[in-house]
Amino acid sequence: MDLLRFATAGSVDDGKSTLIGRLLLDAKAIFEDQLEAVEATSHAKGYDYTDLALLTDGLRSEREQGITIDVAYRYFATPKRKFIIADTPGHVQYTRNMVTGASTANLGLVLVDARNGLTEQSRRHAVILSLLRVPHIVLAVNKMDLVDYDQEVFDRIERDFTSFATKLSVPDLEVIPISALQGDNVVTRSTNMPWYEGSSLMHHLEHVHVASDRDLIDTRFPVQYVVRPKSDDFHDYRGYAGRVAGGVLKPGDDVVVLPSGMPSRIAGIDSFDQEVTEAFPPMSVTVRLEDDVDVSRGDMICRPSNAPTPTQDIDAMVCWMTNEPLRPRQKLAIKHTTRTARAMISDVKYRLDVNTLHRDQDTRELGLNEIGRVTMRTTSPLLVDPYAKNRTTGSFILVDEATGVTVGAGMING
Amino acid sequence: MQTHTDYRMSQLDELESESIHIFREVAAEFEKPVLMFSGGKDSITMMRLAEKAFYPAKLPFPVLQVDTGYDFPEVLETRDRWVDRLGVRLVVASVEQAIADGIVVDDGRTSRNRLQIGTLLHAIEEEGFTAAFGGGRRDEEKARAKERIYSHRDEFGQWDPKNQRPELWSLYNGRIHAGEHMRIFPLSNWTELDIWHYLRREDVEIPSIYFAHQRRVFERDGMLLTESEYNPCREGETVSERTVRFRTVGDLTLTGCIESTADSYDAIIEEISVARVTERGATRGDDRFSEAAMEDRKKEGYF
Repeated sequence: MDLLRFATAGSVDDGKSTLIGRLLLDAKAIFEDQLEAVEATSHAKGYDYTDLALLTDGLRSEREQGITIDVAYRYFATPKRKFIIADTPGHVQYTRNMVTGASTANLGLVLVDARNGLTEQSRRHAVILSLLRVPHIVLAVNKMDLVDYDQEVFDRIERDFTSFATKLSVPDLEVIPISALQGDNVVTRSTNMPWYEGSSLMHHLEHVHVASDRDLIDTRFPVQYVVRPKSDDFHDYRGYAGRVAGGVLKPGDDVVVLPSGMPSRIAGIDSFDQEVTEAFPPMSVTVRLEDDVDVSRGDMICRPSNAPTPTQDIDAMVCWMTNEPLRPRQKLAIKHTTRTARAMISDVKYRLDVNTLHRDQDTRELGLNEIGRVTMRTTSPLLVDPYAKNRTTGSFILVDEATGVTVGAGMING
Repeated sequence: MQTHTDYRMSQLDELESESIHIFREVAAEFEKPVLMFSGGKDSITMMRLAEKAFYPAKLPFPVLQVDTGYDFPEVLETRDRWVDRLGVRLVVASVEQAIADGIVVDDGRTSRNRLQIGTLLHAIEEEGFTAAFGGGRRDEEKARAKERIYSHRDEFGQWDPKNQRPELWSLYNGRIHAGEHMRIFPLSNWTELDIWHYLRREDVEIPSIYFAHQRRVFERDGMLLTESEYNPCREGETVSERTVRFRTVGDLTLTGCIESTADSYDAIIEEISVARVTERGATRGDDRFSEAAMEDRKKEGYF
C-alpha cells in the first residue's frame, strides 16, 4: 500500500465538503460519534439533511463564521492506498492556503458546479496547481444530477477546461462527471451517465501512477544532521543524515560534496541498524563517505558530473503571504533545503494574475496572496535546481527576521 | 529496509521517513528540544522514530513526562524500560508537586488532565526547552486537523489557530523569540491504524494494558473505568471483573477501557479496522465535555 497526497480547493457552494464527506464516509474514515455530532448540529441549525460539510469545518471560530479559513488535513485509506487530503478554501484571499496545500500534493482535485461551468475560482485553482507543479489534475464536474446528467453540459466544460489547460503545465488531466450528493461516479460508476466511459473518482485516485513523478536521475542529498555517536562501539562513526531529494544513491558511488567541491565515494548507507543497497526519494538515510572530508548541515552530496551550480542570484516565482507588501531592497531570511541564508529582494519583475494569467509588469511590489516573478541576492550560495525539475531543491521559504513568520514561498525558475 | 527494485515506498516507510526528517530537522535547528513522553502508543512510536533518526548515536535530547499521579503503573514500567534501553535522561514534571508548589490549583473540580497544562508549561519554562515533540495526530480530532507540524506557542504557551504560520513542502520554519517555544508533531500525518501497523512491524514494547486483560471496572457516563483508590465509586456504581483493553492511556480516573478480547497486535488491528467510534470519543472523558473541548485546551497549551 502506498501514499497519495491530494489537494482540494473550493467554496461552500460547489459541494467540495460534501464530496470529501462522502469519500470519508465510503472509506469508513468517519466514525459514528463524528457522524452523530454532525447530525446533531445539522438538526440544531434547522437543516432537514445531514450537512456533511460540517465534518470538515474544524475550528469553532470557523464554524461560527460558516467558512473554512485554513488548510485542513484529512485521512482515509482503502485497501489500495492511504490518502492525505489537504483541503483549502477557494476564495482569492486564500491563495496562500491553496499554495500551501498544493506544495506537498501529488494530485490536485478541481471542482466545478456543472450548472455554472468554469469559474474564476476553478481557473485560479488550476493555475496554482500548475505553478506548484502538481503532476496530476482531476477536474470533477459536480452536481451532474442538477443538469439531468446531460453529456453536452459535461462535454462543454471539459472542452473549456482542456483549452484553458494548454496554457498551463498540466502533465496529466482527468475529467470526471460526478454528483457528490447522490454519489454518482464518486466511488462506483454511475448508471445515470452511461455515456461516460471513464473510471469513478475513487478508482482514479486509487490507481493514478505517482511513483514515476520523482526524479530518479539527478542525485541530490541535502545533509541535514551529522551523526557522531562518540561511543565505544561506534568510536569513529561519522554519518551524514538526510532525506534523498533526487536520484538514487548506492554504496561505491563517486560523489562530490557541495559547495566545497570535495570528491569522495559512498562507503555505506545506513537506515537504522540496516545497510541499504539503494537510497531514493523520499527516503531518510545516513550516508557514510570513504574520505574524512569536511561535511556539515546545509551541504549537498551529488554526483560529480551532475550537480547544481552554487548561486547567490535567485530568480523565482514567489507567493506572498503577509499584509505588508514585498518590495525591492527588503531583507529576509531564506530557507532552502537544509540551508538558511539571508536574501535581499532585487526586483519584482511582474505580478501574475492567477485568474487570467496576465503579467502585470508595471508593479514593483507584491501584496498578500499575490504571486509574481522576483529576483533576489543571497548572502551565501544556494544549491538550487529549477522547481520544474525538482520540487525539493527548487523550492524555498522566506521568513521575516523580526517576527519569525513565514511570509513567502518561492519556486525557482530555470 | 530491503532493496526496492521499483523504487516505491510503502505508506509506513514514507510516514517513517517524513517523521525521521522532522526529528533531525528539530535536533539540528533548536537549541534545547525535548520529547514529551506519556508511555502511550503514540509516544512510543515517537521514541522508536527518534531512536532510528539518530542511530547509532543516542537521542540528542531528554524525555519529559507529566506525571498526573493517576498514571497506570503498567505505563510507568514501560516508560522506565524504554528510558533505560535508550539511555536518555528522563525529566518528570509532577502534577502533585506542581499543586504542592502552588503552580497549579487543585480546586477539587478541575481534572488532572487539565492541571497537566500548567505543570507542563512550567516544566518547559523551568528547563528552558525551546521545542517539545508531541504525539498528536491530525486524525484524532477536528481541532488537530489544522495543526501544523511546527506549532508555534507564545510566551504564555498558547496556541493561536488564527495566526498559524503557513507550512510548505518540507521546509519547516523554526524561528522563535526568547521565551517562546515550538510544539513539534512528527506524527501529524499518521492515523491510529498506521500507528498500530507500525508498532506491529517494529515489534517494540508497549504497555500491557493496550491488550485484552481481566480488570475490575465500573461504568460511569457510558465509559468503563478502572477500580482505583483515586477514583472511588459513586452511589449506584458497581464493580465487576471484565475482559477489557485500553485504546488510549492517560489519567486513570478519566480514561475508559473497552470490552475486548484483542490480545495481540493482529487482533487489535482487526478490531480497530471495524471500529465505529473514534478513540477519543470512546474512552476519553476529557474530550467529551463539549464539541470544542480539544480546541480550548490546545489554545491554553495542551499537548
